[in-house]
Amino acid sequence: MKQHIYSVLLFSIATGFAGCKGKETAATGSGESDGDDIALNGAGATFPYPLYSKWMSEYNKLHPTVKINYQSIGSGGGIRQISAGTVDFGASDVPMKESEAAKASGKLQHIPTTIGAVAVAYNVPGVSTPVKLTPAVLADVFLGKIDKWNDERLTAINPNAALPDKQIAVVFRSDGSGTTGVFTDYLAKVSPSWKSEVGVGKSVKWPAGLGAKGNEGVTGQIKMTPGSIGYVELAYAMQSKLPTAALQNKAGEFVEPSLEAVTRAAAGVNLNEHLYASITNSGGKGAYPIAAYTYILVYQDMKDPRKAAALAKFLWWAVTDGQAFTKPLHYAPLPAHSADKVKIEIRSLKAEGKLLISGA
Amino acid sequence: MAQASLPIEPEPRPGSSARARPGWLGRLGVGTSVGDGAFRVTTALVAATVVLALIAIFAELARASSLSLEAFGLDFITSQNWDPVRDEFGALPFIYGTLVSSLIALLLAVPVGIGTAIFLSELAPEWIAKPLGFLVELLAAVPSVVYGLWGIFFLAPVLREHVQPFLASTLGILPIFQGPHLGFGMLAGGIILAIMILPTISSVSREVLRAVPGIYREGALALGATHWEAIRTAVLPHARSGLVGGVILGLGRALGETMAITMVIGNRPEIDLSWFAPSYTMASVIANEFTEATGDLYLAALAEIGLLLLVVSVALNVVARLLVWRVGRLPSGARV
Amino acid sequence: MEDASYMRRKLVDHAVRGACFIAALLAVVPLFSVLYYVASKGAGGLNLAFFTELPKPVGEEGGGMANALVGTLELVGLACLFAMPLGVLAGIYLAEFRESKLATVVRFSADVMSGVPSITIGIFVYTLVVLSTGHFSALAGGIALALIMLPTVTRTTEELLKLVPEELREAGLGLGVAKWRVTMRVMVRTALPGIATGVMLAIARVAGETAPLLFTAFNNRFWGGALDEPIASLPVQIYTYAVSPYEDWHRQAWAAALVLVTMVLVLNVTARVLVRHRVRAR
Repeated sequence: MKQHIYSVLLFSIATGFAGCKGKETAATGSGESDGDDIALNGAGATFPYPLYSKWMSEYNKLHPTVKINYQSIGSGGGIRQISAGTVDFGASDVPMKESEAAKASGKLQHIPTTIGAVAVAYNVPGVSTPVKLTPAVLADVFLGKIDKWNDERLTAINPNAALPDKQIAVVFRSDGSGTTGVFTDYLAKVSPSWKSEVGVGKSVKWPAGLGAKGNEGVTGQIKMTPGSIGYVELAYAMQSKLPTAALQNKAGEFVEPSLEAVTRAAAGVNLNEHLYASITNSGGKGAYPIAAYTYILVYQDMKDPRKAAALAKFLWWAVTDGQAFTKPLHYAPLPAHSADKVKIEIRSLKAEGKLLISGA
Repeated sequence: MAQASLPIEPEPRPGSSARARPGWLGRLGVGTSVGDGAFRVTTALVAATVVLALIAIFAELARASSLSLEAFGLDFITSQNWDPVRDEFGALPFIYGTLVSSLIALLLAVPVGIGTAIFLSELAPEWIAKPLGFLVELLAAVPSVVYGLWGIFFLAPVLREHVQPFLASTLGILPIFQGPHLGFGMLAGGIILAIMILPTISSVSREVLRAVPGIYREGALALGATHWEAIRTAVLPHARSGLVGGVILGLGRALGETMAITMVIGNRPEIDLSWFAPSYTMASVIANEFTEATGDLYLAALAEIGLLLLVVSVALNVVARLLVWRVGRLPSGARV
Repeated sequence: MEDASYMRRKLVDHAVRGACFIAALLAVVPLFSVLYYVASKGAGGLNLAFFTELPKPVGEEGGGMANALVGTLELVGLACLFAMPLGVLAGIYLAEFRESKLATVVRFSADVMSGVPSITIGIFVYTLVVLSTGHFSALAGGIALALIMLPTVTRTTEELLKLVPEELREAGLGLGVAKWRVTMRVMVRTALPGIATGVMLAIARVAGETAPLLFTAFNNRFWGGALDEPIASLPVQIYTYAVSPYEDWHRQAWAAALVLVTMVLVLNVTARVLVRHRVRAR
């Protein structure tokens, strides 16, 4: 009987393997000639996850032997796991702090891949026109100081919206999140009380609301909870058809998150020598105020040459041909001046001291 | 050579035990026959791995949490400040969330569970008791994540639209039933836990009641007691410590339960009197933050929560088993 | 007077009996509600693609969970591979040398271990296996699940060996067969069907475990397969999809829940029927 169970199990596992091997070859066709499959594992930010998962799926079609598994566990997780060396690359929407970088086993490079917007999405039944929010009102909503949708400070800037007499349920990220980092960075820039009471970080102490895991979780929670408001990457709000608020930017205009408004936010801001740039509360005309570059984190000098070469090739593809996939998912492609710097950076990646991409 | 020949010694006769050597091998039983000795040693070593695994779990968690233990000491469990930005970690909100959600679970599951056990073991005819008992035990078989899924899409909306408005309008003067109706929160977590520990409580209670000798019941009935009086005066007193043990086992399960409650409790590290408000449990914070905690202290703080959880659940488990053993044996294979 | 008091006692008796009956009904309501939702919502999500395709990129419709299905089988298989030999041998030790000090300690440890929250086992395996090997991996997931199975398999084996009549052992010993051979050939073989059902119940339990896999097996959008790679599993996939905002993912989460619940319930029912069958045959 025991042998029987064992054999049933082994059989099912064996057929499982056989099944997937068969599947792979079927999908692979003749494919590339560079031998065995290369499996790359990455983890981190949920902010660019819709784009990354699209990229990795498309890249797998172009290079069937390269399987890039990206898990969206949050930017904090991306930084933590690449530092601990449990993944081949990490991803974050906020640059690593020096104290974080010090824990890694080598020098980590930030490769900016795209620009996204943190949209303020909400679920208020019966409200069709986009809700307008000034920086002060936005901060007070997330501080829990404004807790009703028909609060007079909200109705004053939204005279035409039929805001109901309903409690506001704030939805925030329960995990270490770059989206939170970007959002709190913005709030701290525009609201002194936010800066002193809550501060800036990937995980902060939220004064009010419900916690959910990942951009996916926050978006899901907003959809499930009438009266809720939260901050998510624009792609999530668009894909799940949630309305997003028009935020008042530095120039005083109310701007809805969009590809153009995000591109405007990045215009005129140059990446620094580490390839970081903060583009929140951008001064440009028509700029959406909460936008951010998002980064893939890789070791400058990697250990496994085969994996490193595959990763460098993928990154090169992502910042060149791959940029075509950004717009349909509501991300902004890298501006030309940034893309040039990023390409130089990718060319500088090494494995065991040897450069990975020659010429190109 | 001598070592290699040990396990393949052909068919030793029982009489060979006469050549038993003294010393540690003898104490382990090697003396009786070489095959038997090897057998005993092998199984003993394997059995010892169970003990080692348990010790290793404790040791590893203690090691992983040492930073936080040093940094915060006892403040860790009394501070309610969980602030990763400032590297300040107090676990009280999670301890509170865990305790209160488990308390709600007990409040709901104990009467239902023990009532079910009494019905199944004392009142129901066999043809009802068997299938019904089986169904209740199946509750324990449904995976936690499936309860979570059901909680998100069924329980939370029902609470938000019907139960919470009802509670607020009838018992709204109580602080536990005040605040906005979100669906997700402490109450949802407590209800999910109640469902999950119900089979533990009812199956242990059922075994305990069964272990009470029939003579007590019959004696009471013969003296003219009603069925309930017989149960109350003759059966329950004998079963009491076992019933308490079953409840504690249920509590132990509730404390360590992770996925389902993470999916419905709202995940906010704040102490709020209201059961409608979102809360957070010790297990949930580990599930949410363990892979992404940056900073050694943050990680150590999470590991310390794990250690606390481990110590408390293990202690409860031991106490419960002692209580149940006083009455009778645990049902074998009971998922506790 | 006498009559009134009798009536009152009778009434209380009926009330309490009614309350117990209602409690028993209440206890099964959640089961039916969960099963109803899983069945009705899950059935719509089941199609060929669900069983044969990989997940689609975020937000795109279609795709399936073939990798998670295979992943769960692989993880459970690994867990059995580790936990069964260890658990059965440890159980044999407990039953055969039940009076020894070690047996008492092992028995106690196994019971304590069955009360260890599965999430803490996840932390343990993360620090021990994931950090030291440098990968999230199927192996780490399998070890985590094995640690959860181990105490159940150990104690079930012990309990079932104790049920085997001593006469069988004496008959074997009387024929001059070595004690260990009697144990393995006679005692264990007799108890095997029971041990197997115990193992089935343990499998049913770990197949649905999510928490310890979150930071051991992790997840994989592609076919896992290699032991040192992250691997997808049904429970983790259900969790990820359930909290997402996408309706198509919700549909698939329900479908996966239906598959998982069916697996687990079939194992449970079979195990119990087997046990009942054996008890009746005796």
